[in-house]
Amino acid sequence: MNLEFQIEGGNFSRAGHASSEIKKMLKQLGVDSRCIKNIVIAMYEAEVNVVAHAFEGLIQVHIESDKITTVISDKGPGIADVDLAMQEGYSTASKKVREMGFGAGMGLPNIKKNTDELTIESTVNKGTTVKMVNHF
Amino acid sequence: MKVSDLIEQLNLKVISGEKGLDREISGAYVSDLLSDVMGNAKEEQLWITLQVHQNVMAIASLKDLAAVILVKGLQPHKSTIEHSNEEQIPILSTSDSTFDISGKLYALLKQQ
Repeated sequence: MNLEFQIEGGNFSRAGHASSEIKKMLKQLGVDSRCIKNIVIAMYEAEVNVVAHAFEGLIQVHIESDKITTVISDKGPGIADVDLAMQEGYSTASKKVREMGFGAGMGLPNIKKNTDELTIESTVNKGTTVKMVNHF
Repeated sequence: MKVSDLIEQLNLKVISGEKGLDREISGAYVSDLLSDVMGNAKEEQLWITLQVHQNVMAIASLKDLAAVILVKGLQPHKSTIEHSNEEQIPILSTSDSTFDISGKLYALLKQQ
């Protein structure tokens, strides 16, 4: 089964909307609640990253009998140094975004902690694709 | 203990999300960093914060939190109130500082 949601860059009033919709669907499908909790944390962080940094993005969720694969791809500035971005506390978020309580450099570490497999592919000035896999 | 039990004992004002006042409370989490709450808060916890924008409610909903307590008399944005009513997760207000309300709540929950 496949689900798709658009993410609008820069629109914080909609941040979390896609994650919320996908959470409802996973609940309806009877996916294990611990697994939903982990996916929701990782997906929300990825969604907020698109809102905070990119122009637009797409979440694609692919559900199989033993795992969920979530791919978040965006058109945006990309990440110059992925290893650096993965470090706790490192952030390139704007002052405005930080004042809202985002941009603490905890997003990507949160994603890593809550997924079984994580791959990040990024091209500067083009965009980023985050692929995460959660096993049931 | 339910959210409604706290109102009188902690002298809280209910701002919105009245339909969620019978939610059970398992504890609380105190933070103003959204990713910290996203990563570490547990379901049925209260969230004590000074953030007033609507992303607070997005997180409260995604994490199945019991209610949000805003400190120092801070008022939520209109969109935050709307989201709270939609999700039926109460926003409560206190004139106390984060330290004071956390201490009072801790003492109250410890009696249980």
